[in-house]
Amino acid sequence: MNQTSVTSMQRVLTTLGHREPDQVPFFLLATLHGAKEVGLPIKTYFSDPDNVVEGQMRLLAKYRHDCIYSFFYAPVEIAAFGGEVIFMDDGPPNSGEPVIKKAGDIKNLAVPDVKNTPCLEKVLTATHRLKERVKDTVPIIGVVMSPFSLPVMQMGFDRYFDLMFDKPDLFAHLMQVNQAFCLAWANAQLAAGATAICYFDPISSTTITTRDMYLKIGFKIAKQTLAKINGPTATHMASGRCLPIIDDIAATGTAAVGVSCHENMTLIKNACRDKLAVIGNLNGIEMCRWSSEDAENHVKEVITKAGPGGGFILSDNHGEIPFQVPDEVLMAISEAVHEWGRYPLNWTADK
Amino acid sequence: MTDKTVDAFTRALLDVDRLAAKQILQKRGHDTSPIKFAEDVVLPALERIGAGWQAGTLALSQVYMAGRICEDLIDQILPPEDPDRKNQPKMAICILSDHHKLGKIMVYSFLRASGFDLADYGVMEVDDLVGQVKKDKIDILLISVLMLPSALKIKAVKQKLARLGCDVKLIVGGAPFRFDDQLWKTVGADAMCRDASDAVAVIEKIMEGMA
Ligand code: B12
Repeated sequence: MNQTSVTSMQRVLTTLGHREPDQVPFFLLATLHGAKEVGLPIKTYFSDPDNVVEGQMRLLAKYRHDCIYSFFYAPVEIAAFGGEVIFMDDGPPNSGEPVIKKAGDIKNLAVPDVKNTPCLEKVLTATHRLKERVKDTVPIIGVVMSPFSLPVMQMGFDRYFDLMFDKPDLFAHLMQVNQAFCLAWANAQLAAGATAICYFDPISSTTITTRDMYLKIGFKIAKQTLAKINGPTATHMASGRCLPIIDDIAATGTAAVGVSCHENMTLIKNACRDKLAVIGNLNGIEMCRWSSEDAENHVKEVITKAGPGGGFILSDNHGEIPFQVPDEVLMAISEAVHEWGRYPLNWTADK
Repeated sequence: MTDKTVDAFTRALLDVDRLAAKQILQKRGHDTSPIKFAEDVVLPALERIGAGWQAGTLALSQVYMAGRICEDLIDQILPPEDPDRKNQPKMAICILSDHHKLGKIMVYSFLRASGFDLADYGVMEVDDLVGQVKKDKIDILLISVLMLPSALKIKAVKQKLARLGCDVKLIVGGAPFRFDDQLWKTVGADAMCRDASDAVAVIEKIMEGMA
């Protein structure tokens, strides 16, 4: 683990309080690399919670980062609604054919019982066992899809846009079902041992919908939902942009925001100062072809822009590292954060 | 047609005001053929909206609704088989391997709204796609993906087509290409588009080369 006596938990809490910890906290939001570590195909890896526990623990020891990521994959929520998950050997599982095939299906959609749904139970078991391992030294980050973002997988993106614009009543009903599920799912993960919940809400990002729509829909849902989640939350835009809605995001009650590599980090940091901690924003896709030197340069650049004053967690920009990113690159990122992330960041003053 | 018409049409699209868009189309002069309206008004408006999305000032919901409104309008005045649709190379579009259809739907809409006609192959795997392209003697193949592993499969499409002696130009697009501007070259594509409305310019450039 880390050389200093400060635990990852203390480091992260300090930065969330907008103060400088001993060093920049580093979230390696890796899921698929756990399968690589334990030498299992991706599908087998996720079939048994103990594999995920082992994978996450090995990643933690290897890359000396500051969180456990109990996230399996987004379509686990679709499986809970009775949908299909498609596994592949070299990438994240995807959702298959939509569970909502026609508008009428929305009326019959039932909220899955999170305690009695095998695919969700696996995540809860993994969370619980990870908590037994790390206790309160390392934060465990659980994940939910926002009620506003989940329908893309439930019904397909084009039909979801059509629903949003053309069928407000059915849309509102779907939001109710999804909100009930999201709350139950978030709170079950917290009860199992997750320290905080990452609320994935890219449909609210200004890449996908306008600020106007956000204020009318995504914002209201987020505010209501986050208020009922029994623990701290971070909102993640999954690499969609959000600079124009930063103040609104802060007003939802979330503690941090995960931002895209397409953002100007200086502007983001200024907009978030003392309101929201910033998580980000290394480009995971480009990372596949980075050299160790590239990795170091990108780490230094983002620390320069977002590190001073605390309120910053270094991470990728999407909340998941692609399977194709070589271990050497992840190691180079880790080493660079440990070398250049020590506070006070005096070296950034000459930049 | 003036810039003012394009401005008004763009506004109507951004307001999701189908009626206003239709009125602008109906008010066009008798000397303006449907295809000319598509070229002079619809395409510039869609390109502006696409550029706004790339610059981060507009949202995908606006790009999507704009494409849908235009496709409906153009279909009313320019039926699919109309000989007035451009004299074009044989084109097809597909999603490779993953189930995420929106990118393809948008490109298909944009091209049809701009007066192009093309085959829609839906979701394809590498070998079926290669067979179909050969059978249909396709000149330009457009591929949309959302997941990185799907993008990486384009390399195999390119290699297999080359082995069969098919001289097909590959235009690729989708999220992974917007995050890595080298990726299209790595997978052996001939061109990459960051947005659906970019496709027209790229196709026209390829057509010049073919002429
Ligand atoms: C919204 C979003 C989500 C939502 C909905 C996703 C969905 N569509 O199913 C949620 C939260 C559910 C989600 C989940 C996941 N996501 Co996601 N998500 C996004 C986000 C923000 C937008 C995706 C989207 O649908 N955009 C709409 C489409 C239409 O946009 P587009 O593909 O760019 O297409 C435009 C242009 O590129 C162009 N175009 C597209 N194709 C073509 C083709 C041609 C020929 C031309 C000319 C143009 C063109 O036209 C379109 C419009 O102009 C992107 C990041 C981003 N900023 O783009 C990540 C992203 C797509 N997600 C990603 C991943 C990995 C996932 C998950 C697998 C994560 C996980 N481990 O579970 C899941 C799987 C979801 C599933 N359906 O199974 C990755 C995929 C790449 C990769 N790493 O493999 C992305 C790119 C994030 C990243 N930066 O890495 N996600």
